[in-house]
Amino acid sequence: MRVGLFVTCLVDLMRPSIGFAAVKLLEAAGCTVYVPPTQTCCGQPGYNSGDRKSALALAEKVLAEFEACDYLVAPSGSCAGMIRTHYPDLFRGEAFLLDRIGRLAERTYELCDFLVNVVQVERVPGTFGGTITYHDSCSGLRELGVKNQPRRLLRAVDGLTLTEMAECEQCCGFGGTFAVKFGSVSAAIADRKCENIEASGADAVVLGDLGCMLNIEGRLRRRGNEKMKVLHVAEVLAGEAGD
Amino acid sequence: MQLESMHFKRNAARALADATLQANLRKFGAAGLAALRAKAVEEFGAQAFDTLRTAGAEIRDRALAELDAYIERFEQEATRRGATVLYAETGAEACNLVLEICGRHGIKKAVKSKSMLSEEANLNEVLVAAGVVPIETDLGEYIIQLAEEPPSHIIAPAVHKSKGEVADLFARSHRKPPKTDIPQMTREAREVLRQHFLTADLGISGGNFLIAETGSGVIVTNEGNGRMVTTLPRVHICVTGIEKVIPTLEDFATLLRLLTRSATGQAISSYVSMFTGPRSPYDREGPQHMYFVLVDGGRTSLVGTDLEPMLRCIRCGACMNHCPVYRAVGGHAYGWVYPGPMGAVLTPSYVGLENALDLPNASTLCNQCGVVCPVRIPLPDLMRNLREREVERGLRPKSEILALRMWSWLAQRPWLYALATRWAARALRLRAGGAKRLRKLPLAGKEWTLGRDFPAPQGATFRELYARRRSSS
Repeated sequence: MRVGLFVTCLVDLMRPSIGFAAVKLLEAAGCTVYVPPTQTCCGQPGYNSGDRKSALALAEKVLAEFEACDYLVAPSGSCAGMIRTHYPDLFRGEAFLLDRIGRLAERTYELCDFLVNVVQVERVPGTFGGTITYHDSCSGLRELGVKNQPRRLLRAVDGLTLTEMAECEQCCGFGGTFAVKFGSVSAAIADRKCENIEASGADAVVLGDLGCMLNIEGRLRRRGNEKMKVLHVAEVLAGEAGD
Repeated sequence: MQLESMHFKRNAARALADATLQANLRKFGAAGLAALRAKAVEEFGAQAFDTLRTAGAEIRDRALAELDAYIERFEQEATRRGATVLYAETGAEACNLVLEICGRHGIKKAVKSKSMLSEEANLNEVLVAAGVVPIETDLGEYIIQLAEEPPSHIIAPAVHKSKGEVADLFARSHRKPPKTDIPQMTREAREVLRQHFLTADLGISGGNFLIAETGSGVIVTNEGNGRMVTTLPRVHICVTGIEKVIPTLEDFATLLRLLTRSATGQAISSYVSMFTGPRSPYDREGPQHMYFVLVDGGRTSLVGTDLEPMLRCIRCGACMNHCPVYRAVGGHAYGWVYPGPMGAVLTPSYVGLENALDLPNASTLCNQCGVVCPVRIPLPDLMRNLREREVERGLRPKSEILALRMWSWLAQRPWLYALATRWAARALRLRAGGAKRLRKLPLAGKEWTLGRDFPAPQGATFRELYARRRSSS
């Protein structure tokens, strides 16, 4: 099974270790991982800011890079959601490409969703000493139905205890460009998320989207919380969560 | 109500800095209503409720697809039962129609139950200027009328106020010692309002639905004030939007199940009042004259456009109750009648996109609103659609468009992109130093670091590390 890894622009720039964790998990699950070397961005910033044209150009690029793979997998519910649920809308005026986009969209998965529902892994390489709480990122949860998949995999991690925080399905306030258009509103929403994380008693908050991670970690640190770890689910599952 | 929607950002900042408001928003507020809804949906059965939502959306779509025919049917049936149906293209026209009715019947005082359309049309101000005293009788509306404030929520208009603030307000307005206990406070308001009910010549209500097959208006309330407003005074005017018409009573039954559960988590509200024509010779009560003032107010401009699904809205407030932005800043920041996600679509549609530029952008697109909407309005898609219109009409800041285009241009050139990202990863890392985070970012990043640190990148890009690993293995 040839899996194209869409590493996402944020992971590429900010936290490559998440990308390597994803490679490790996919290979451990028996997949042949292909990383198109020219990949950049899925086009979501343009799409959500009303600039369809620039989104479309990047979407065509993603199509060309991943079309030949059996699956497209991303360590992000947001980017996978963009491709799976929004590309068909983005291409609705391009009859010629619509079929091909549809076929790519239905083969696109968020990492945990793919591991649980496509390759059906039961065991993961990671171990973790401590208690974590899981934040459900909006796009993964509400566009792709990613809810039990990461929890199921996390429970398979040796030594890990999962505890649920209050309002785990509430948005963290990131919202892509929203975070820089309305910085203080975004930070106020993140604040509520931080309170819930801290009240859960966990040692780490684990989630599946780097955008939300940067937002939550940034707000935790600004609040003076230096201890709470903010980890990507791929890092925990792969056993790459140590500093 | 005064339009303030172009100042969302400033008003949101003010709301965030207002400690009393923040405490009030957190106390029960929107999140409390959301919890009540969740419980009601669970009791109903989540899957069954989803099926009901689909049925609700279909009913609203069916009505909107032949809106003109259903309005005509409504008018015929309402007229046959003795009511008068009038139409207004704008809020101002609606006010004029109401004033004409006031003049015809010598009206001096009007008791009102909740009507969002009267907020759209600034009806209270117009009435006062014409010498007619309007008294809001919904408790929340009564409170904000005393406080001279606009509503901050469509079904809980005074949700931004604390018990203490209301106690002070009542003590001042009623000239009585302040009460500390809520039942005592409501009793005091009842006593004041009772006098108004008995002395008013006119009742003005909104309308949750208009039923075409019977020519009836319906209001859904919890306080009983709506029933008094629509039966006690000698004249009753129902002021509402033309899109509220639905085909049948059967359809109403479905929508009612959705509305009350979505709004307050109730299986049904305490009162469901239907009014069908004025008092007949066989009725013991009811108004002698009954009018419907049906207002367009920008609604037909949405028909046939991508925004048409917004007209399905049954005004339950679930979208704002679940909205992280609304929960953080409250309703006044949105600057017009309708706050939250529904307002982010309705306000630019009704008052002009150029007068509400921030609203479609003031959302994280988390889609909490979309998944709870009882009539399946794809609110994030509609907000995105309005964002596209802003770009098309050149209404976004040039710097923002430039940044988006530059990003896209760069991301279409993988090798240049690789250079730029390698440089950025290193530069940001270096700048962050041992702290591994930045407390201040330049340019667009400034907004980010207002309330957050920016975690530093690890220092090299995934693509370069992966290529290195591949070539060494």
